[in-house]
Amino acid sequence: MKLKFVALLVGAFVFLFPFYYMLIGSLQAEPDPSVSGAFPKAGNLTFHNYAEINKSIHLGRSLINSGIFTGGVILGTLVFGVLAGYALARLQFRGRGVVFNLMLLIQVVPFQLLTIPLYVLIVRSYGLADSYLGMILPFLINSTAVFVFRQYFLQLPAELFDAARIDGASELSILWRVAVPLVRPALLTAVLLTFIGPWNEFLWPFLITKQQDLQPLAVSLSNYLTTVSARAANPFGAVLAGACVLAAPAVTLFIVFQRRFISTNLSSGVKG
Amino acid sequence: MRRGLIGRILGAHPVGTAFVTPYVIFLAAVFAYPLGFAVYMSFHDYFFAAPGAVVERPFVGFANYVTVLSDPAVRRAFGNVLIFLVINVPLTVVLSLGLANALNAAIRWRTFFRVSYYVPYVTASVAVVGVWLFLFNSNGLVNSVLGPLAPDPSWLVNSGLAMPTVAIYVTWKQLGFFILLYLAALQNVSKDLYEAASMDGAGRWQSFLNVTVPGVRPATTLVVLVATVTGANLFTEPYLLTGGGGPDGASASPVLIMYQRGIEQGHPDVGAAIGVLLVIGVLLLALVERRFVGREES
Repeated sequence: MKLKFVALLVGAFVFLFPFYYMLIGSLQAEPDPSVSGAFPKAGNLTFHNYAEINKSIHLGRSLINSGIFTGGVILGTLVFGVLAGYALARLQFRGRGVVFNLMLLIQVVPFQLLTIPLYVLIVRSYGLADSYLGMILPFLINSTAVFVFRQYFLQLPAELFDAARIDGASELSILWRVAVPLVRPALLTAVLLTFIGPWNEFLWPFLITKQQDLQPLAVSLSNYLTTVSARAANPFGAVLAGACVLAAPAVTLFIVFQRRFISTNLSSGVKG
Repeated sequence: MRRGLIGRILGAHPVGTAFVTPYVIFLAAVFAYPLGFAVYMSFHDYFFAAPGAVVERPFVGFANYVTVLSDPAVRRAFGNVLIFLVINVPLTVVLSLGLANALNAAIRWRTFFRVSYYVPYVTASVAVVGVWLFLFNSNGLVNSVLGPLAPDPSWLVNSGLAMPTVAIYVTWKQLGFFILLYLAALQNVSKDLYEAASMDGAGRWQSFLNVTVPGVRPATTLVVLVATVTGANLFTEPYLLTGGGGPDGASASPVLIMYQRGIEQGHPDVGAAIGVLLVIGVLLLALVERRFVGREES
């Protein structure tokens, strides 16, 4: 038992240290890669790096772009995903089996195969380069979330729906008044899971945004990392400051809601 | 419930069709059509043209595939991904199962551990790449700790070490997700089996090998598969950690080459062919792994 605890502690150190170092490095006036540099020293601490990175990439603007991208994906997944999940769980209609199998099949199609054709279609054919719509479109409905919604709606007792139908309620109002309120905690979990994807996504927005004032933070930060950083006085400090700003929302949400990330939906995925 | 002819044709709730329509359109537009389009492109001389311009794009058979397969950079990238997988997949399985097993037994600080392991997974790779660059720099913290043992040239600019360093980075980054998968799977291993094992005089290590490992085999199959797919999709890390797959292509990944050929250099047909080959490669690898990892199930 002792050995396991020590192993867990060592593991936790390895996992958390880079984050600690990110924070320390972002606050250092002079980068100090020696061992003693890993400890905060009063004279060497400053918020200058945050100002520096903000001058180069307009953190506010980039954060708003990340927010619009992420918000669009969450909204699309909630509105269309809940409708689809409800229909797949609770409604008998022609083609339900086909849609369900299609959804499972889609899960194994690697997004990378689609990168080039999606780029050609969205950028060249539809002219959606440098637009929020083009950014959001490939992620608009998260299939994993649809699957999770379906699982939750399936768990509700059938009598509830039969009773509402006998009362003459339309399916849309049953969904809105009966089903959604009962699975509200599950919806929060799905929102949190959906959040991580677009917030951290790099390749797709990187491909389709050339205009700086439309780029999400992950893209602007990587551009800074690959091009501008050579010219800055303390490039690592500035990069780490940007990294802290990019990491903070996802990490905070995760720590606050950590129970919701962990429990049911993942285990249902394993058993499925 | 409605019965009769209409019910038999459309099902009891035809409104369901309306509910799934947006999702079906999405799947068709974002997955099915581009999938077919990728295959189409890879067999044609496809190039970028102005929107609406009518251009001829002749069928060229396997020409794009020949271009791809005779390109040493592409072959190197596929080799690199194999190096990546040989390091990443076993390391992922061993570490995530080991840590999940320890975490499952630990009572103290459980939440703290769970959070610490999962934090890298929820953080953007672009953000943590910054720290790793700082840590694995030639005069970075890792090398100052190692002192004379530090490799020369340093980690990310050393052609022998660049890909292994990327593989270790990705293992670290993704491990939390796999630990969670194993934690969920461990809940399903029957307690009776452990009791039976200890009655037979099995020690901790023996009951781990004879009860836990076979008990979580379905999860292991999933972990191996997901880790393989993640590895095949590698792009951000070589692009940012090793300055676009350096040194000299030693850490280039197929997706990185696909991006360079397909978009930067304007040959989407070649890029599409790389994508198709990559997927075929992943499918073959997944079949082999299924045989290898899942053998006792059948």
